[in-house]
Amino acid sequence: MNRPEVAADAPARVLHLDWTACAGHGQCAELLPELLRRDELGYPLAVDGGPTRDLPVPPELAAHAERAVSGCPRLALRLINKRA
Amino acid sequence: MTGTLASSAVPLNSLASVRVVPGRVLGAAAPDLDSHVARNGVLPYDLGTGPLVAEVEAAGLTGRGGAAFPTWRKLLAAAQGQRTVVIANAAESEPASAKDATLLASAPHLVLDGLQLAAAAINAQEAYLYAKDGPALVLAQRALAERQARGVDRTRVRVVVAPQQFVAGEETAVLAGIEGRDALPRDKARLVVEFGLRGRPTLVHNAETLAQLALIARHGARWFRGVGTAGEPGTFLATASAPGAGPVVVEVPYGTPLGELLGLAGLAGPVGAVLVGGYHGGWVPANPGLSLPVSRAALAAWDAAPGAGVVFALPPTACGLDAAARILAYLAEQNARQCAPCFTGLPRLASVAASLAAAGHPGNPGRLAPAGQRVLALPDPALPGELSRLSALVSGRGACHHPDGSVRMLRTALGTFAGDVQAHLDGYCLAGRRH
Repeated sequence: MNRPEVAADAPARVLHLDWTACAGHGQCAELLPELLRRDELGYPLAVDGGPTRDLPVPPELAAHAERAVSGCPRLALRLINKRA
Repeated sequence: MTGTLASSAVPLNSLASVRVVPGRVLGAAAPDLDSHVARNGVLPYDLGTGPLVAEVEAAGLTGRGGAAFPTWRKLLAAAQGQRTVVIANAAESEPASAKDATLLASAPHLVLDGLQLAAAAINAQEAYLYAKDGPALVLAQRALAERQARGVDRTRVRVVVAPQQFVAGEETAVLAGIEGRDALPRDKARLVVEFGLRGRPTLVHNAETLAQLALIARHGARWFRGVGTAGEPGTFLATASAPGAGPVVVEVPYGTPLGELLGLAGLAGPVGAVLVGGYHGGWVPANPGLSLPVSRAALAAWDAAPGAGVVFALPPTACGLDAAARILAYLAEQNARQCAPCFTGLPRLASVAASLAAAGHPGNPGRLAPAGQRVLALPDPALPGELSRLSALVSGRGACHHPDGSVRMLRTALGTFAGDVQAHLDGYCLAGRRH
């Protein structure tokens, strides 16, 4: 599965996951199933199986991503502007 | 023979066995300040930030700690900050590397010149030398004392001893170590040049990068680009070793064929494959590997890169799967126990890799055993698939690139030693049959 396309003119935002904080509660995968699922131990995994550090967030998923950020009991998620 | 590899995890770093082929930064070697100035000239302190950054950009200098990031970009970004910090990173936590210790021991003033130039360029309030304990650090401290007594340095340099763990040299682990905490990587939501040591904008450069910077400040970009390739100019320090041989530190231009580099290092024995770029690097087969130029451009097709210049030559009589499994076991043991996919996944990955490596070895004669000998069960043919599955669960899922690099080393081993993988699944090993 390919990653959702992000329009060139959209604000480039990524969902950043602090792996040192994540304890695998799994709320993020519940709240943002378009981008995240859980691995066999419950830790978040990009739906495409790719790197799970900085996931591009398409504009239409911004609200869901924000819910995932505020829903993380470990405060391990944040939305940041994409780095050049 | 491959036992040397695993046991080399620490002794390779000892300076006593290092033989050096000099070049530019090593050619600038000088034991004391007077001979350093006589040989290399005085420190060109007053270039100014703009001209220095422009010269470094024109030179095309990239970080020599492994990531090859353009040095001028980091300098420029750090120079925008207030109350900045600069750190010379000579932790060199890669077990098969000896180049930073060698450089620090032979040309300490060149590294310290580079540190002062970087400090001046970003108007740093604090400067640190972060290096592992040993004879090189003693020599560097002697050089620092000499500079202090003579009033050479405008920014006082504090020395912090780096611990020996593999991840201790990673940029954010360096910050933690200097902050007095365990030297472990941290999350990178914010860039170190913006939010580094105790939250201050921080410039972390590898010791060799600073030495190259000190030469560029003296001789200019044009001189720097006189060797190397157009895309990857200049020289780099390589640490070459083989089971029972080396390490030898050589300085060569980027683009030097791998076989020539090994030859300069005196590693003339037959080669089956080479691990290029250290324990997070990539395995390339001797053919065509030995004729490949050592550059990011040429090695990319092999999923490898020069990295911090570590090359390990494996003879054809040694088992590459065994070597890779031993390295992976070391890397798994060295994880920082912070990020779940890494601390749960790497040990599992290492365990499966060890099973595959062991499958072809003397205790397991497999189906090729002479009649009358006990034939052990053949290994599970699903082992390679399990390695791929676990690799995908580890790579890209951690605060630092330890999981990614470890998976890369394994992935390239499975590609380069594909014939060995099949032999091991059939219960025997090719290594003893190649002469």
